[in-house]
Amino acid sequence: MSAHSSTKSPLKGYFAVWIALLIGTGLTVYAATLDLAPYNAAVALGIATIKATLVALFFMHVWHASERLTKLVVIAALFFLLLLLGLTMSDYATRLWS
Amino acid sequence: MANAIPQPTIPQAERENYLNKEYGVWSWLLTTDHKRIALLYLLSITFFFFIGGFFALLIRLELLTPAGDLVQADTYNKLFTMHGMVMIFFFLIPSIPAVLGNFLVPLMIGAKDLAFPRINLLSWYLYIIGGVIMLHCMLTGGVDTGWTFYAPFSTSFTNTKIVEAGIAIFIAGFSSILTGLNFVVTIHRMRAPGMTWSRLPLFIWAHYATSIIQLLGTPVVAVTILLVAAERALHLGIFDPKLGGDPLLFQHLFWFYSHPAVYIMILPSMGVVTEIIACFSRKRIFGYHFVAFSSIAIAVFGFLVWAHHMFVAGISVYSALVFSFLSYAVALPSAIKVFNWTATLYKGSIHYDAPMLYAFGFLGLFTIGGLTGLFLSALGINVHVTDTYFVVAHFHYIMVGGAVMGYLGGMHFWWPKISGRLYPEGWARLAALIVFIGFNLTFFPQFLLGYMGMPRRYYDYSHMPEFQVLNVLSTAGATILGVGYLLPMVYFLWSMRYGKPASDNPWNAAGLEWKTTSPPPTFNFDEEPVVTWEAYNYEELDAPHKEEVPVAG
Amino acid sequence: MQDNANANASSFTAVHDHHGEAHAAHNPALLHHFAEPQQQRDAASLGMWVFLATEVMFFGGLFCAYLIYRRWYFGDFAAASKSIDMSLGATNTAVLICSSLTVVLAVWAAQTARKALLVGMLILTMLFGLTFLGIKGIEYKDKFEEHHVPGASFSFDHVEIPGHPGQFANPRHAQMFFSLYFVMTGLHALHMIIGLGIFTWLLIMAWKGRFTPEWHTPVEIGGLYWHFVDIVWIYLFPLLYLIDRHP
Repeated sequence: MSAHSSTKSPLKGYFAVWIALLIGTGLTVYAATLDLAPYNAAVALGIATIKATLVALFFMHVWHASERLTKLVVIAALFFLLLLLGLTMSDYATRLWS
Repeated sequence: MANAIPQPTIPQAERENYLNKEYGVWSWLLTTDHKRIALLYLLSITFFFFIGGFFALLIRLELLTPAGDLVQADTYNKLFTMHGMVMIFFFLIPSIPAVLGNFLVPLMIGAKDLAFPRINLLSWYLYIIGGVIMLHCMLTGGVDTGWTFYAPFSTSFTNTKIVEAGIAIFIAGFSSILTGLNFVVTIHRMRAPGMTWSRLPLFIWAHYATSIIQLLGTPVVAVTILLVAAERALHLGIFDPKLGGDPLLFQHLFWFYSHPAVYIMILPSMGVVTEIIACFSRKRIFGYHFVAFSSIAIAVFGFLVWAHHMFVAGISVYSALVFSFLSYAVALPSAIKVFNWTATLYKGSIHYDAPMLYAFGFLGLFTIGGLTGLFLSALGINVHVTDTYFVVAHFHYIMVGGAVMGYLGGMHFWWPKISGRLYPEGWARLAALIVFIGFNLTFFPQFLLGYMGMPRRYYDYSHMPEFQVLNVLSTAGATILGVGYLLPMVYFLWSMRYGKPASDNPWNAAGLEWKTTSPPPTFNFDEEPVVTWEAYNYEELDAPHKEEVPVAG
Repeated sequence: MQDNANANASSFTAVHDHHGEAHAAHNPALLHHFAEPQQQRDAASLGMWVFLATEVMFFGGLFCAYLIYRRWYFGDFAAASKSIDMSLGATNTAVLICSSLTVVLAVWAAQTARKALLVGMLILTMLFGLTFLGIKGIEYKDKFEEHHVPGASFSFDHVEIPGHPGQFANPRHAQMFFSLYFVMTGLHALHMIIGLGIFTWLLIMAWKGRFTPEWHTPVEIGGLYWHFVDIVWIYLFPLLYLIDRHP
């Protein structure tokens, strides 16, 4: 994570991500005003996930991370988060079955 | 290759080590030496062990007679609550990691200290602050919800000091998180040259797995405590049924941590037992990689089973089926360990020193406790024995028969390294025997009581007076167990003054910690070790002069 | 760290201290228990990533509670969501995105020895952070005035459920939304405040010229923390503000 001796300046990439994030925000707001039911939530969360991924990969340098370990930590955190959400939902989603 | 252990040329007592390097209260309270911090933890958790034990004593006294005649019902509720909270959050969860882990992790990997020594000290201070708040809470009324502080009783109906207890546990939880963080980073970054993952002692693998659980589980209970406190103090009702809240949501969030928490309590103990069994069988652990990966498997699988605490609480039956199946799966890696320990013992050269007696006790008692967990995972049986003494017996077999036995075994095994003194072996074996007898007498009757229907958390069982005999046996056992626990405290203290000085490696054990002095110098090794041998190289340790034997022909 | 992994030397080999030769005067920031600066950097970086993983789980519990109740009380939650100011929320989202840019530029400035830019970007980041908190304060004030703060004085009567004219939201379930809203955004704001504290310290260190291309680890790991707080908000915004915004 120290000073890369990369020959290309990363600045253009940073500004590109920044613009993409702002566009994504605008898109989310616009999409919320459309009637896409029942996909409104999916669209909003989908755009949010793309934005979060951009921040993680490029602003937090995970894409160019020198170690697999960094990526492993990120994946592990996401895995356990999804476990919490998913297995808990498995109870709520199936309570009214039978 | 020859394993020449450098013999000390300066008399032990005159050599500088981490204990005599500096004197004075501040040299201890402001230390960043992981070994001193380990001892600070040792004192603190022993103190809380006494407090938790005191509550246990009162509980057992009350249960001597069917009538509720020692304390009132409300008081009894507080007794079992405080017993649970203190023992779990302020004794068991820190115990091995904060004492033995802190002391040994850097030594075993060949490092000078943990990755973040100041955060290590902060961990201890957070533990102390949490402990002081908990003490204050107990002295000014305590909590009566059970250590599980279920909503909506804890959020809407009880008048006891939930917020204060919650704050105490929240702070202690961060102590746990920071310890886990320190261990993970240390094990990844600070291993000595040549110390590959496959050469690590299995104690390290166990602590690595434990740290994963501490890191990923504790935050969830922390935020749950926050929500309970917010509900009580700020009327932000998340679990309040009056607002449409679901009390079961509390249980999901609570048990998401609290089930993996039991693996925080047992995994380090398994690591200790592995080291002891290898040393006192004079054999390399059978199936090193199986044991290593089973530790990680336990950590991961442990997060998949939490709702087995909620089978009768109202979750969907389909969800219960899934969690029941997963609960059987989580037993597999533990079973793998038991098989590997057994295979290690087979054809080993068994030595019955005190640490090994504790390890044997662990093997038997953990197996019983673990198997009864499978009974509980079966939905049909669970309906019958939930909230009875069967559950109480099950978890005490694992936590006391398992975790505490491992802790005591570890304290004996590494005492020479920690203190530079040998404990009296005769007394130690006696104490181990007393603990084993006392433990079984206390908790085996509870399996029977539970199966016959005695509910837990009841102070009065006068409608079932036939349970008294087993309860009396249990209380008698508890007294014996108490004696067994007091003995080591006495002779360990005795040994610090009068015990025989220990050599670098009194057990002739494998592991980097035995290659430095007893006690170690502040920076652990006089020279940075370079590891060129596999773990548990007992063959070489027991035959150091093999190369000198002339080969015939 | 695996340099001598396969050395065939005897078990105990003295490893010479590296410090003397290669680095003329090694960075005073190198702590004694580390063998070399790279190890210290890697430890700090891994430490921050692992800490962020714990934060994911910390907020995760709240997201879990939110998702469950939102599913149960969708209409009531939609009505409550509509009553919070979307333009303020969107503005705050843009503010945080800009602050993430200034953070990443600050790190680049530290990597390339541009002290003035580093200081400037750190100050800008903090200004964005303060703006965020200011806007949040306005939102909270609005909610207070509208009696949408859960508790004894909460009221949410006769608010139509979006898309269901004539049907009114259940005030009790709306109160549930606001409980979650205040806990989630409040916790996020607390993390923001802590971030500002961290960046104040970074600013002071940068001003004094302590950061060099060889050592600017605090800027990097402070940046990681800040980005994480931004990511949490990236999810909070659509979940809380945009449940149903059909006109």
